Amino acid sequence: MKALFDNPDFQLVFWALVKIAIILNGLLGLVSYMILAERKIAGRMQGRPGPNRVGPAGLLQPLADVIKLFFKEEFIPAEANRVVFHIAPMLAVIPALVTFSVIPIGPNFTVTDINVGLLLFLAMSSIGVYAVTLGGWSSNNKYALLGGLRSSAQMISYELAMGLSTIGVLLLTGSLSLVQIVKAQAAIPFFVFQPLAFLIFMITALAETNRAPFDLPEAEAELVAGFHTEYSSMKFGLFFLGEFTNVITICAVATTLFLGGWNGPWLPDSLKFVWFFLKLAALVFVFMWLRWTFPRFRYDQLMDLGWKVLLPLSLANVMVTGAAVYWIHNR
Amino acid sequence: MREYIPVLLFLLAAISFAVITIGASHVIMPRKQNARKMAPYECGVEPVGSARNRFHVKFYLVAVLFILFDIEAVFIYPWAVAFRQLGLYGLIEMSLFILILLVGYVYLLKKRALDWEN
Repeated sequence: MKALFDNPDFQLVFWALVKIAIILNGLLGLVSYMILAERKIAGRMQGRPGPNRVGPAGLLQPLADVIKLFFKEEFIPAEANRVVFHIAPMLAVIPALVTFSVIPIGPNFTVTDINVGLLLFLAMSSIGVYAVTLGGWSSNNKYALLGGLRSSAQMISYELAMGLSTIGVLLLTGSLSLVQIVKAQAAIPFFVFQPLAFLIFMITALAETNRAPFDLPEAEAELVAGFHTEYSSMKFGLFFLGEFTNVITICAVATTLFLGGWNGPWLPDSLKFVWFFLKLAALVFVFMWLRWTFPRFRYDQLMDLGWKVLLPLSLANVMVTGAAVYWIHNR
Repeated sequence: MREYIPVLLFLLAAISFAVITIGASHVIMPRKQNARKMAPYECGVEPVGSARNRFHVKFYLVAVLFILFDIEAVFIYPWAVAFRQLGLYGLIEMSLFILILLVGYVYLLKKRALDWEN
């Protein structure tokens, strides 16, 4: 038994599984309470109390929702492509979770430190597009198809600007590893040097997660519920979970890239993760605040903003940052 | 490559979470189905035709343009990581690269390929 524990491969897998269990459970708990927080905040912003009947101050509401979703009957529309119909909701939630394997939560707490961490995030956010597109197409419903098409066009358009806006950070650190990027921000977080990139990243993050004011894929006034019109029971639940997990994941990446991750004053190393979660919560609150403040974009305005404003701006940001980094290094 | 093993484990954990959740709901949910209920939702009206319909060519155009620009972005990533070793040479190279990219971008604008309404 002791020989097994001393085996480095066994140790690697064992500690990875422990960390994965902690992060996966913590993340899912965080997501369910974020949904409650969103409903509470939405209520407050509209002058009503929000859910407050299940448990003290509505705190058991997420549990009640999950149980309700499990016991709901499911509809699979006739002539739907059943295989794709089942895969799509899983694709909505898996990539958002997997990204957390490279995000440094505390000084010594990250599942793994790979030297292409940022690329893993971009790859996973690209896979998220498939969930929406395939879900919309496989339902054999016209509204769902239109919602899926709209959102795939929207997400790939904004992905360009998102990818390019992170390059400024790479120029400053010279590494794609998120752990290195956080360490490089020990003194000053990068949003000070990269304010434009931070702004572009947050705008594209809203579009990538299909949140208002970019929630055209599920514009309920015109497309019923968009790509998940035909989804019910736990498959709808997974789409819902995926959307909110994506918000948390993308805010966690923004925290890591621009706000200095777990870096912060006063706390000892073992408690630095509190800073990470405070910054994360602040960004998530901004997402909710925007949702209940701005009206939805029109589709041509949305595409114009992505292709004609954010893309050139992020390219210009890359060149200006490159020139500045070169100048500072060779002064 | 050892540091990639946890990513794989995380992927497996996430997949099993998704599969178990959907599987469990399949086991415990009620089933009272009929043909009407299983019809695609079209606001209560009888569905007209199939949803596997033709859609606007603009969506293809956006997808093609995305692939072009995304490949350009993929070239910029390794450049950004190796930027300090490349020095002035790297900066000029990338300026030329982005200049060529901009020519194509201006062509798209002039062709009105990025205008949604036309």
